[in-house]
Amino acid sequence: MSDLNLYLYVGAFLFVCGVICMATKRNGIGVLMGVELVLNGANVNFVAFSRYSELKLDGQVFAVFVIVLAAAEAAVALAIALNFYNNHLTIDVDRGNKLKG
Amino acid sequence: MIASIMETVLSPFTFLLLFALSSCLGAVGVIISQSLVRMAFWLIVSLGSVAGLFFMADADFVGAAQLLIYVGGTLVLLVFGVMLTASSPYTKIEASPGETVIASLVGLLFLFMVAGTVSRIDWPGTNAAIANVTPASTSGGFSDTSEGATLRPLGFALLGVRPDQEGAPGYLLPFEIASVHLLVVLVGAAYLARAKRRRDVA
Repeated sequence: MSDLNLYLYVGAFLFVCGVICMATKRNGIGVLMGVELVLNGANVNFVAFSRYSELKLDGQVFAVFVIVLAAAEAAVALAIALNFYNNHLTIDVDRGNKLKG
Repeated sequence: MIASIMETVLSPFTFLLLFALSSCLGAVGVIISQSLVRMAFWLIVSLGSVAGLFFMADADFVGAAQLLIYVGGTLVLLVFGVMLTASSPYTKIEASPGETVIASLVGLLFLFMVAGTVSRIDWPGTNAAIANVTPASTSGGFSDTSEGATLRPLGFALLGVRPDQEGAPGYLLPFEIASVHLLVVLVGAAYLARAKRRRDVA
C-alpha cells in the first residue's frame, strides 16, 4: 500500500466518521464537531495530493483556505447555537422544527 | 542490532501509521462518546494527529496552522459553547486520587523526556554548525516543497506570485475574499451572539 493510498483511506475514514457524527448526534455542538471532521477529511486529501502528485503547492493553499473557512464556520455556527439555546433552552437540533410545514 | 531495530521502528512510515491510526481512533471516539466534553477531547486527538499527518507530508505550514487554528482556536470555541449551553452543572469537580497519580506520572515522564533531550544535545557543536551556514544557502532562492520549507512559496502564492512553478495560478483574489469573509463572520457572530433578554420557551 503506497503512502498516498494511506492518506486517502484516512481522509475517507475521517469524512465518513464526520457524516455519521452529523447524522447521529442530536446535540447541536456535536453536529458541529462532525462538520469539523468532514472538513479535516477533505484537508487530508488536499495535502496528500499536494505531496504525491503534480498538484504541488496548490493543494496546500486550498488546505489553508479550508482551515480559514472552518474557523469562520465554527464561529458563526456557535453564535447560532447560542441564539438557539437562548430561545429554546436546549441545543437539541430536533427541537428546531418551527418552520416545519 | 538494537540500533537497526530502532531505525526500523522509528522510520517515517511507522509515524505515518501511528498518526493515521490515532486520527481514525479519535474520529471513532467522537462518534461513540456521549458526553460533549469527551467528544471535544477525542476531536483534539483526531485533529492533532491530522496535523502530524500534514507534517509527515512535508506540509509544515499547513500542519502548524492546523495545530494553531483548529486545536488552539476552534476547539476552545467549541468547549466555550459546551460550557455556555450545558443544561446541568457538573456535580463532581475535583479529580480522584488515581487521576492525580496518573497526571503526575505523565507530567514527570514529559519532564524526563525534555531533560534527557536537552542533556544529549551538543550545544557548542550546534552553534558552530549554525555559524558555518552561509546566508546564501538559507535565504537565496526558493526551496521546493519536498524540503519541507513551504512557508515562503505559500506566502507568495497568496499574493498572486508563483516563483516556484511557472504558469501556476496565483491566489490573490481568494485571499482577499477570505479576508472580507472573515470580517463578515466577525460582525455576524457578534450580532448573533449578543446579549439580550431571554425569551421563555413557547
